[in-house]
Amino acid sequence: MANQKKLAIIATKGTLDFAYPPLILATTAAALDYEVTIFWTFYGLQVLKKKRNLLISPLGNPAMPMPIPMPVLVQMLPGMESMATIMMKQKMASKGVASIDDLMEMALESDVKMIACQMTVDLFDFKHSELIDGLEYAGAARFFEVAQEADITLFI
Amino acid sequence: MADVTLDAKGLNCPLPILRAKKALKDMTSGQILAIEATDPGSAKDFESFCSQTGNELVKASEANKVYYYEIRKP
Repeated sequence: MANQKKLAIIATKGTLDFAYPPLILATTAAALDYEVTIFWTFYGLQVLKKKRNLLISPLGNPAMPMPIPMPVLVQMLPGMESMATIMMKQKMASKGVASIDDLMEMALESDVKMIACQMTVDLFDFKHSELIDGLEYAGAARFFEVAQEADITLFI
Repeated sequence: MADVTLDAKGLNCPLPILRAKKALKDMTSGQILAIEATDPGSAKDFESFCSQTGNELVKASEANKVYYYEIRKP
């Protein structure tokens, strides 16, 4: 499409909650016929792992709604992060919210272009084989090539 | 009368829109997609979806917390 709108997203976060905004916006924009590119950098790379294990932490996250009030000293106990993650995933499933695995699959199906930041891949000693197939590996200059053509650019 | 029916009940944002888009892809010009949803946000979302994609929202209603839409593919 000649006049196709374009969306460019930088995704920098790798917790379960912050994996959602880039993927929800990317899949929705693709459904609205945008050409979408996500540039994954720093902790965002965790979302690209084949075996992704995204967690949510109540620690340092006072806005997270909790079923019962929980003092910070309790939040830091071993296992609390896994528990919060399991609870959040159950809550999401019960409310009909898509899983990250599903959203990623839908994004790839709808031709959302994924670029992984090669500098962060090196920094974290990740191997390309640990990350999902079909990624492009590039740096900041490549992002600007995409962003300068984009109608909307988001940093998440 | 709808040509294709999509049950999006129980699904939350952005799934009703994504499923509708997928259904429309396999339809032909002029056909009508009927959608049932329970996401209250879907009312505004389907309006926005249609105004941005050229699909026509021919019907939008709500009864007992179930939202019903009919979309004509251009």
